[in-house]
Amino acid sequence: MQPSREQKLWMYEHMVLSRRCEEQIAKIYFEGKTPVFNMANGPIPGEMHLSDGQEPVAVGVCAHLDAEDIVTATHRPHHQAIAKGVDLNKMMAEIFGKSTGLSGGRGGHMHLFDPAVNFGCSGIVGQGLGPAVGAALSRKMQGKPGVAVAFIGEGASNQGAFHEAMNLAAVWKVPFICVIEDNAWGISVSKRASTSVPRNDVRGASYGIPGHYVEGNDPYRIYDVVGEAIARARAGEGPSLIEVETFRLAGHFMGDAEAYRPKGEKDALLERDPIPKMRSRLIEDGDASEDELNSIEKKAEERIAEAIKFARESADPRPEDALTAVFA
Amino acid sequence: MTESNDRKLTIARAMAESVAQEMRADERVFVMGEDIGALGGVYGNTRGLLEEFGDERIRDTPISETAFIGAAVGAAQDGMRPVVELMFVDFFGVCFDAIYNLMAKNIYFYGGSLKVPMVLMTSTGGGYSDGGQHSQCLYGTFAHLPGMKVVAPSNAYDAKGLMTAAIRDDSPVVFMYHKRLQGMGWLGTEAGATVKTPEESYTVEIGKAAVVREGADVTIVSLGLGVHHALKAAEQLSQEGTDAEVIDLRSLVPLDRETIRKSVAKTGRLIVVDEDYHSYGVSGEVIASVVEHDVSVLKASPARVAYPDVPIPFERGMEQFCLPNVEKILAAYQEMKSA
Repeated sequence: MQPSREQKLWMYEHMVLSRRCEEQIAKIYFEGKTPVFNMANGPIPGEMHLSDGQEPVAVGVCAHLDAEDIVTATHRPHHQAIAKGVDLNKMMAEIFGKSTGLSGGRGGHMHLFDPAVNFGCSGIVGQGLGPAVGAALSRKMQGKPGVAVAFIGEGASNQGAFHEAMNLAAVWKVPFICVIEDNAWGISVSKRASTSVPRNDVRGASYGIPGHYVEGNDPYRIYDVVGEAIARARAGEGPSLIEVETFRLAGHFMGDAEAYRPKGEKDALLERDPIPKMRSRLIEDGDASEDELNSIEKKAEERIAEAIKFARESADPRPEDALTAVFA
Repeated sequence: MTESNDRKLTIARAMAESVAQEMRADERVFVMGEDIGALGGVYGNTRGLLEEFGDERIRDTPISETAFIGAAVGAAQDGMRPVVELMFVDFFGVCFDAIYNLMAKNIYFYGGSLKVPMVLMTSTGGGYSDGGQHSQCLYGTFAHLPGMKVVAPSNAYDAKGLMTAAIRDDSPVVFMYHKRLQGMGWLGTEAGATVKTPEESYTVEIGKAAVVREGADVTIVSLGLGVHHALKAAEQLSQEGTDAEVIDLRSLVPLDRETIRKSVAKTGRLIVVDEDYHSYGVSGEVIASVVEHDVSVLKASPARVAYPDVPIPFERGMEQFCLPNVEKILAAYQEMKSA
């Protein structure tokens, strides 16, 4: 399964959007946090987990999804949210903790929910799996179209929730796909040190479902493999497990000194940055001209600037609004 | 006709009847949990449902509480109305993230406009030598954490009405039923829980306590099985000329502080009976509700009859020694009177 030219351009556009988003957040994050770093200060307080480098997974998966399909995301959700079509202004406002944010500042960047596109998050590793299986069950029971994708990191494959959810999805044969973003590091602990098998695709066999590993952080290959799994799920043939090799160009969170990385790893990864790589490929393959790509990049920059402007100019929530919205 | 109006049900049957009526009325309602299908629930509360609704809507699950309670959250957010069972409340330890980080918080994480209409029903209580991992109440543990409504009925009428209200609620409701009130003979059933229960569908409002016996001398507040201890104690007190008022909380979240305060304002004395652990729990919360509001209404220091802060022992003599009972309530009142 190969993406059409339009899909390739859509993927590139959303990778760039996501990267510009992260770059701007990274810059703004340090406002008010220098000279002494204090996580509680500045227009974007709190923990911040950026997705630089992992964009191909989000677009390779979400190119197959419509608004009606369900995604549960992780503590590192921006690229997934952008690729799923979460309202960018409201998302940025949420990251800034503004009254116009997705939850009016109650959630923050690890808890982005946008029911309009069936997007949700959990900041707890592996815990989006159960809700995704349940949403898939809901579609099956209601006879409604739609598949559910749970994004997790490779570290989450060692959570009990992973085993339970994969088994349940397989027993009930629901339209569910688990997509593991293998960025090789669970904060500072390597996959080799934490996981009994080099690749998690083999774990699919434990549940009697297909398992795939996609190498190279390559959006086209991801598109291909995920496409088949989603087609299977849509046809009622049950769940799949897909692990995708990717890498994070940022630290685990903002402020991470990344001393755990072997010397030279980061520089080697920067050489493999998927965005310039895809750019050259689009031109080489004759899918886009330099001008077209410039225009996509410019629009992405403007779109992110607009979202940031919206967030900055939005009002803070009233502090006492913390006491509302506990129940539906 | 009178036969039907006078019909008595056990809590187990009342719960199953409510679920069945809601399932007939609303296709989105379904049940899942361990042994809730062919077995009809270990405590009888889903009996007959599989036969009527089939295994698509009455779904036995693997022993995977993290996955299926998480799945209930996902299904609820996607428009279904799951009723999910955690067989023993003691098992919350294997799946609490799905309960308090997902079920209880997702509405807040979408600013109040997301619906998570699900019921988590779970059995509580001991007294039958099931040991320290199958006998707890943990009312306070659940009620402490924001984002979940919590109910705990003491009789079949309330059980049916609260279950119907819980299924229709757009927020998650934890429905805690006491094993000894289920009407299962093998658990030493409390007869007072089996009461007249209308066949037609009705709701009992979540968040409203009931004054189940009126009196002027002392207020005894309890929930679940404790209500029956309190009623028996009140009966004995009345023979000695003391007029006890008994409040059945029915809901822990929201807690009906008004009804408690009104009663204690009248009686001036307060005893809380709670089978959950003594410290940091429901009994302390009820007393604080009165004291922080108006301490001057009290004629004596409030008392609590609760489970001591120890794991629940297996051996019969030791367990019975720890549990609340009528004698302990009477002793608490005597001490209060003589103080």
